[in-house]
Amino acid sequence: MPVTDVRKDFDALTMTITAEFEADAERLWELWADPRQLERWWSPPSHSSTFVEHELTPGARTTYFMTGPDGEKHHGRWLVEEVERPHRLHMTDDVVDDEGKPEDGGPTGMTVTIAEADGTATMSIETHFADRVSMEQTIEIGFEQGMTEMVNQVDPLLGAAKA
Amino acid sequence: MLICNQMVVDQIQIHDEDDATDLLFRALADPIRRDILRRAHEGRLSVSALAREHPISVTAMQKHVAVLERAELVSKHRVGRESIVQTETDALDRARSALDRLEADWRDRIERMEQILETDKGDN
Repeated sequence: MPVTDVRKDFDALTMTITAEFEADAERLWELWADPRQLERWWSPPSHSSTFVEHELTPGARTTYFMTGPDGEKHHGRWLVEEVERPHRLHMTDDVVDDEGKPEDGGPTGMTVTIAEADGTATMSIETHFADRVSMEQTIEIGFEQGMTEMVNQVDPLLGAAKA
Repeated sequence: MLICNQMVVDQIQIHDEDDATDLLFRALADPIRRDILRRAHEGRLSVSALAREHPISVTAMQKHVAVLERAELVSKHRVGRESIVQTETDALDRARSALDRLEADWRDRIERMEQILETDKGDN
């Protein structure tokens, strides 16, 4: 498993995950810099991601959407704030509505740091909720997905048992 | 899925000796109650609004909600004359579940990154 460390701070509302890869820092940077590569890892297999605009330049906006199995779309928008190729990237992530307007709640911060030593590169991703409102949004999206998933699994089982 | 049988609702009996797991499974063993959980996580719907989503009476819906309440899956609070139903989780649980979810999402993403690196290595 490439994940080597996970830290969670429930008061500061941050989660930091660290992983090691057999690659150089530049290769890991490409996973973030190239929108076609981002599309291959950003969303779960049940969804597809489309990055419409994406450039790692300070002040640049990334716009993307994820398409779910029923064709429903979830829109997202990043603001690229700090770029230090290939070692550090800081962005904020807004949940936006269908028209691209931000929903309530501050953006979630994402800081990526990449270090390289002896043919191994270490990537850390720190995510930070701006406030409780943005945290609640994440849970609601997650809860809804989780509950729908669970309920959809239970439905046919119980339906079959009754029949 | 939306077909309700009034008799099923009336037959629901909760016994004191039932343990929490029993309550939970019993609460989940009904398609209408599973639908309530899907709809109530935002805490915006009243018992009567939930009843309108199904071909059942408000009284029948109250019984379904009561079963979910006993399993501690939902709570009810009053807003004016309405009884609002919300899926139950306390603040710390919510913080935990948010960060746990982020961890799970990122573990999956890192696994996919790893696969991309492997695949692309193979291509060269």
